[in-house]
Amino acid sequence: MRPGIWMTALGAVLAREMLRFWQQRARLFSALVRPLVWFLVFAAGFRAALGLSIIPPYQTYITYQTYIVPGLCGMILLFNGMQSSLSLVHDRETGSMRLLLTAPLPRWWLLFAKLAAGTGVSVIQVYAFLAIAACFGVAMPWQGYLMVLPALMLAGLMLGALGLALSATVTQLENFAGVMNFVIFPCFFLSSALYPLWRMAESSDLLRDICAANPFTHAVEMIRFALYGQVNGTAAGWVCLAFAVFSAAALRGYDPARGMIRRRG
Amino acid sequence: MSLAVTDLSYAFGRRKALDHVSFAVEPGRFCALLGPNGAGKSTLYNLLTRLYVPDAGSIRVAGQDLARHPRRALARMGVVFQGQTLDLDLTVMQNLRYFAALQGIAGREATRRAEVAMDRLGIADRRRDRARDLNGGHRRRLELARALLHDPAVLLMDEPTVGLDAAARAALVAHVHDLAATGGLTVLWATHLTDEIAPGDDLVILHRGRVLRRGKAGEIAGTRPLEQTFLDLTAAESAP
Repeated sequence: MRPGIWMTALGAVLAREMLRFWQQRARLFSALVRPLVWFLVFAAGFRAALGLSIIPPYQTYITYQTYIVPGLCGMILLFNGMQSSLSLVHDRETGSMRLLLTAPLPRWWLLFAKLAAGTGVSVIQVYAFLAIAACFGVAMPWQGYLMVLPALMLAGLMLGALGLALSATVTQLENFAGVMNFVIFPCFFLSSALYPLWRMAESSDLLRDICAANPFTHAVEMIRFALYGQVNGTAAGWVCLAFAVFSAAALRGYDPARGMIRRRG
Repeated sequence: MSLAVTDLSYAFGRRKALDHVSFAVEPGRFCALLGPNGAGKSTLYNLLTRLYVPDAGSIRVAGQDLARHPRRALARMGVVFQGQTLDLDLTVMQNLRYFAALQGIAGREATRRAEVAMDRLGIADRRRDRARDLNGGHRRRLELARALLHDPAVLLMDEPTVGLDAAARAALVAHVHDLAATGGLTVLWATHLTDEIAPGDDLVILHRGRVLRRGKAGEIAGTRPLEQTFLDLTAAESAP
C-alpha cells in the first residue's frame, strides 16, 4: 500500500467537509449566533456585576467581555465537536460512514481524517468569531492570532474525539437535547469559560475541583494563553492526555469486533 | 475462488444471525444470495465489508483473507449498500472523485476513471448535477459506477433494486449480469426477488442464518418456477 494513499484519503475527507461547509454557508452564521449572543448580550450585562482581578495571562484589569472570549472560542469547538459526532451517527445510518469505513485504510486513520475535517471547519468559525470580537473592541496581540491556531486545532481534536467516543459508545445521546443537557452544559458551565476558578472557589471548593478536572477548562486555558502569545504547557498537556483517552475510547467504539456497531446490529 | 465464505457464524447476543454459512463464487460468476427478510443477508454483507468481525469462520476476497489482510481484501471489493450512501449535496463527479480518493486514486487518473464509470452507466450527462437531484434509478447507477471505479475483482450488492421502478430494476439486473459475463467480475447479489435471478446464475438460499441450498439456480428450481421452490423451502423450514 502506497503511503500517498493515506494523504489522498485525508485530503478528500477534508475537502468534502470544506465543500459541504461552503455549500451550507448558513451554518457559519448560525454557529456564530450563539457565541455572539453570549459576547454581546450576556457579557455586556455581567460586565458591571463581575469584577476580575489580574490573573495570568492578563497583565492588567480586563473587562468581562475580554475574559470570556477564549471560553466562547472553546464553546464553538465544543458545540461543533458534539454536532459532528451526531452527524457521525446520522452518517452511519445514511451510509456515508459505512463507505468511509470500508476504504482500504486503517480505521484509526479514517476516523482521524473525519476528526481533522470537523476541526478544520470549527477553526474557521472561531477565527470568524475572533474577527467580530476585534470589531467590538476585544482584540488580541497579532502573535496571539497565530499562536492560537495550534491550540484551537488541538482543542478541536480533543473535543471532536470526545464526541466520536460518545457517538460510538453512548446510544442514548443521539438527539441534540440529550447532548446539550448531559455533555455540553456541564462541560461549559463547570469550566473556566465564564468565570475564573478562584471565583468558583469562593462559592465552593468542590465545584472548583470539578472545574479544574474538566478537560474543557484546560482547553479554554490553553486557548486563553495562546491568544496572548503565551504557552500554557500544563493545560496543553492535559488536553493531549484527554485527546489520547477519548481517541482510545472512540477507536474501541468503532472496532468492528467490539463497541456499538456490534451491539446495535 | 474470487469469494470464499467458510463456516461463518455471527450472533447478536444469544440470537444467531448466521450459523456456519459456507459458499464460494468463482471469477466471472453472478451469484445470487436469496433469502426472505431477516435471513441474515445484511449481516453477511456487514461481515464481508468488515463492519462486523465474525465470531467464527473466514472470508477470502480475491485470495486475500479478510481477517489477516483487511485492507488488501477491501481494496479488491466494490460495494453497493442496501441504503443509499451518496453525499446528496455533492455532484455526481464530486461523489465519484471523493470515493476515488478514499481508494488512493487522485488527480487526472481519478477524473479519467470517473468519466469511464459515468459513460458505462449512462450518467455522463449528469456529472454536474447534485446527487439529490437524481431519481432513484440514477442514484443506484451512480452507486454502481462508484463501486466499479477502482476495478474491483468482487462486486457486492445488497438488495440494490429496493425502491426502483420496474424498468430501472430490469436495467440494473441486466447490466450487472453483463458485467459478470463479459467483464469477468465476480458478483454477489443479495435479493428476496426470484425474478432477478437467471437459471444459469449461482444461487445460495439463506434462511434464518443458515444455507438451505446452493448450486445453479436452474438446477435448484428444477422444473418448477424458482419462486415456488424458494417459498416451499423456506416454508418447510419455518414450520414448527
